[in-house]
Amino acid sequence: MPARNEEPQTLLTASAVERTLKRMADQIVELNDGTEDLVIVGIQRRGVQLASRLCALIEKSEDAKVLQGSLDITLYRDDLQTIGPRPVVGPTNIPWVIDGKNVVIVDDVLYTGRTVRAALDEIADFGRPARIALAVLIDRGGRELPIQPDVVGKKVTVEPGERVDVLVEDLDGRTAVVLIPPGDAAP
Amino acid sequence: MTSPLGKDLLGLEFLSSEQIRLILDTAEPFKEISERAIKKVPALRGSTIVNLFFENSTRTRISFEFAEKRLSADTVNVSSSGSSVAKGETLVDTARNLEAMRIDMVVIRHGASGAASFLAERIESNVINAGDGTHEHPTQGLLDLLTLRDHLGDLKGKRVCICGDVLHSRVARSNIWGLQKVGAEVAVCGPRSLLPNSIEEFGVTVFKRIEEAIEWADALNVLRLQLERMTAGYIPSSREYNRVFGVSRERLNRAKRKILILHPGPMNRGVEIDSDVADGPHSVILNQVTNGVAVRMAVLYLLAGGKPELAEAAKGGNR
Amino acid sequence: MPRPLLLSGGRLLDPSRGLDTEGDLLIVDGRIASVGERVGKVADAEIVDCTAAIVSPGFIDVHCHLREPGREDVETIETGAHAAAAGGFTAVCAMPNTDPVTDNQAAVGFIIRQSQRANAARVHVIGAISVGQRGETLAEFGEMVAAGAVAVSDDGKPVVSAQLMRTALEYARTFSIPVIDHCEEPTLAFGGSMNEGIVSARLGLKGIPSEAEEIMVIRDILLARRTGGHVHLAHMSTHGSVELIRWGKERGINVTAEVCPHHISLTEDRVLSYDTNAKMNPPLRTAKDVEALREAVKDGTIDLIATDHAPHHYDEKEREFADAPNGIVGLETALAVSVTNLVETGHIDFRTLVDKMSCSPARIFGLPGGTLEKGADADVTVFDPGMQWLVEPAAFLTKGRNTPYAGSTLTGRAVCTIVGGRVAYRLSQDTNDARRGRANTGSQGR
Repeated sequence: MPARNEEPQTLLTASAVERTLKRMADQIVELNDGTEDLVIVGIQRRGVQLASRLCALIEKSEDAKVLQGSLDITLYRDDLQTIGPRPVVGPTNIPWVIDGKNVVIVDDVLYTGRTVRAALDEIADFGRPARIALAVLIDRGGRELPIQPDVVGKKVTVEPGERVDVLVEDLDGRTAVVLIPPGDAAP
Repeated sequence: MTSPLGKDLLGLEFLSSEQIRLILDTAEPFKEISERAIKKVPALRGSTIVNLFFENSTRTRISFEFAEKRLSADTVNVSSSGSSVAKGETLVDTARNLEAMRIDMVVIRHGASGAASFLAERIESNVINAGDGTHEHPTQGLLDLLTLRDHLGDLKGKRVCICGDVLHSRVARSNIWGLQKVGAEVAVCGPRSLLPNSIEEFGVTVFKRIEEAIEWADALNVLRLQLERMTAGYIPSSREYNRVFGVSRERLNRAKRKILILHPGPMNRGVEIDSDVADGPHSVILNQVTNGVAVRMAVLYLLAGGKPELAEAAKGGNR
Repeated sequence: MPRPLLLSGGRLLDPSRGLDTEGDLLIVDGRIASVGERVGKVADAEIVDCTAAIVSPGFIDVHCHLREPGREDVETIETGAHAAAAGGFTAVCAMPNTDPVTDNQAAVGFIIRQSQRANAARVHVIGAISVGQRGETLAEFGEMVAAGAVAVSDDGKPVVSAQLMRTALEYARTFSIPVIDHCEEPTLAFGGSMNEGIVSARLGLKGIPSEAEEIMVIRDILLARRTGGHVHLAHMSTHGSVELIRWGKERGINVTAEVCPHHISLTEDRVLSYDTNAKMNPPLRTAKDVEALREAVKDGTIDLIATDHAPHHYDEKEREFADAPNGIVGLETALAVSVTNLVETGHIDFRTLVDKMSCSPARIFGLPGGTLEKGADADVTVFDPGMQWLVEPAAFLTKGRNTPYAGSTLTGRAVCTIVGGRVAYRLSQDTNDARRGRANTGSQGR
């Protein structure tokens, strides 16, 4: 294990994440002009956790039921031949017709845009939504495809080699957004 | 980067229990793809797969073909039951010809035990054994495991009896290895003339009577009785086979607990299995067929990929 | 006449005469002129330095397939005779399952003429028991023997009919030749391609049970008892066969038996990779069988070691296991496999090894050779008992490359083979350096 240069730096604390999500929830409702035909789809794995938080917030503020789905884009990746198969493919769960709906894709960190491209391809295989929007908690820049988010929690600038990790209660035991210095292992 | 299964899938005997679990776990999400309106994902887009069938097997070939197409691979079917032998082309020449056409994977069904490993040693493409002689039929073994797991949960300590012509059955061998690796107890039941002489050395229980097997088991995997076994003199008649070893409703009624009935197909109704059992509440035979596609997708997916020269370029950018 | 030949300073080992001494062996005019005495300078003599080597009567292989006539693409009498000499054999017996079958005097004469032309190891002829090896009517033993045949056999196939076997044993008595049987009950062995057991069950290959051999072994022994004929049992492979032969010998029945080097060195596990070079008939059996056969060589139940040398074309072996032909080449590895698996393991000493490979075959088949007696034809093998060498099929003199020993390092190698006083094979110094890595402690006889 490489030596640590410095401690991970906290970009957002748990309460800051919660505040950010509230704002994002409001923006999504505003973007959609209400909750009608709204479908929130999280990308496996942390995008799914964030999507359900957003759904809960919207349902509370708007007092309406919001459809939620999940998407595993593993099989739509463009790098199977190079990095080999991911051993565990997570579930994709879109149990309703999405034709004519307003789909909001939720992910934790937006970086190259390749994941979102794969998600767009996968959604297209399920039907023809009226509109697809993108909501991300962190936009760290560094795009390799012409993809931009509609709703952003926080924009951060990241030095080469650094990584942004979103931690969520269900998977990581706590909620936070941290900046991992170069050479450090994944959480 | 090598695939978590290695280059080829030749049999379950040499897979680890972790590898078997990995295939079964990977098959789970693939079940859902077959339920979609557009039953296709792009995972193997651009891969070329040859289904090389030296023996007729409509079901296995169709199942592989669905699996390949649902992963967006390009497939070619080569059926040469007897004909290439008649033309004098050897298996090794067939293999070299395929290799020269730059294919990525070969799914091979062949009448000779060891044919899949013979091919795998001689070509660089991934080789999947779709049944070699009386040796192994690993994807059938895996789909049986997946079906059993769907209904029984963790298979550790579960009791499965393989009934019938174990001697000539590649399905039986793959089942025995696979089940033992995931911790199940395995028994066999059938006429002694259709069991390998040294079957006890496989670590399986042997039941003389089908009634004892039914009393003991959580599930029966009923093998097809090839009709040529009668002409070869292994057993006297299919009528007597049914009376002594047939799985019938009456016999199942005496089971002490709920029992699952599997059959790799095609069935001889009224010989090894009665119709009211095959179509009855115990039967999971059609679930096996459905799971066959998912398991084969998982195997294809896990064997694909892993071109080391491209791995370096892929480092970094992807998330 | 060739120059005199002086084999200088070797360990002279001839069990048939109880000879085991350091000394020289002088060959003049194709015959052994002196044995044991230190010979000084001999005018014009070619000298072979035999220090650290064993000088023994020439090895005799009573069981090989030279494929000519019919399959000259895989072996000829010439290439086979040279391969034999390279393996230390001064004489071999060619089995009659050629195309056409050696079942008449003309065919016997052809092989003898070809072997004279080859001018390497001597080639004796085994005639067929039945016309065309079809198992129906007796071939003309008398005429074949008159033409030079030394035994009869339908090898490659068993003599299925007990009545035919009985008649053959009776009829062969007139000519004092052994009847060699390939013991295999055909209905039990039908479709089999390896030993029946746990390995065949795992691989899904149809097995040949031990009983397929043993049933014919006891049948032949009982028929030898009934007829008083001499039955020689080829390539014994099971511990049960050993017990049956022991039973027969204890009762004074005229039965002799051979074992092949592969059956005392390899087991059925060798088939696990579907390697067709591990496919032979009888098949490789279990460790228990291997051990019983080694013990049987030691206690004399097995009389001699024979190769069952069976060359096949590369393409014929390069295929699905069940469809590949049976057999491996053996002439050039027999000595080393035997040293490695019988002498080095402590089962027998070199005296017994020389007996099993030379004296015993000569005695049982009534062949010349098998002795270092003064005045005898000089068929002599000089071998280095401690030389370790890597088996490289590409370097074989046989046309066959089908061996399960490729890449193995074995101990013991012929360095000079003398047939009728003429050097038929000499391990070249180059080959020597390139291929041998002599063990520091090598060359110590047991």
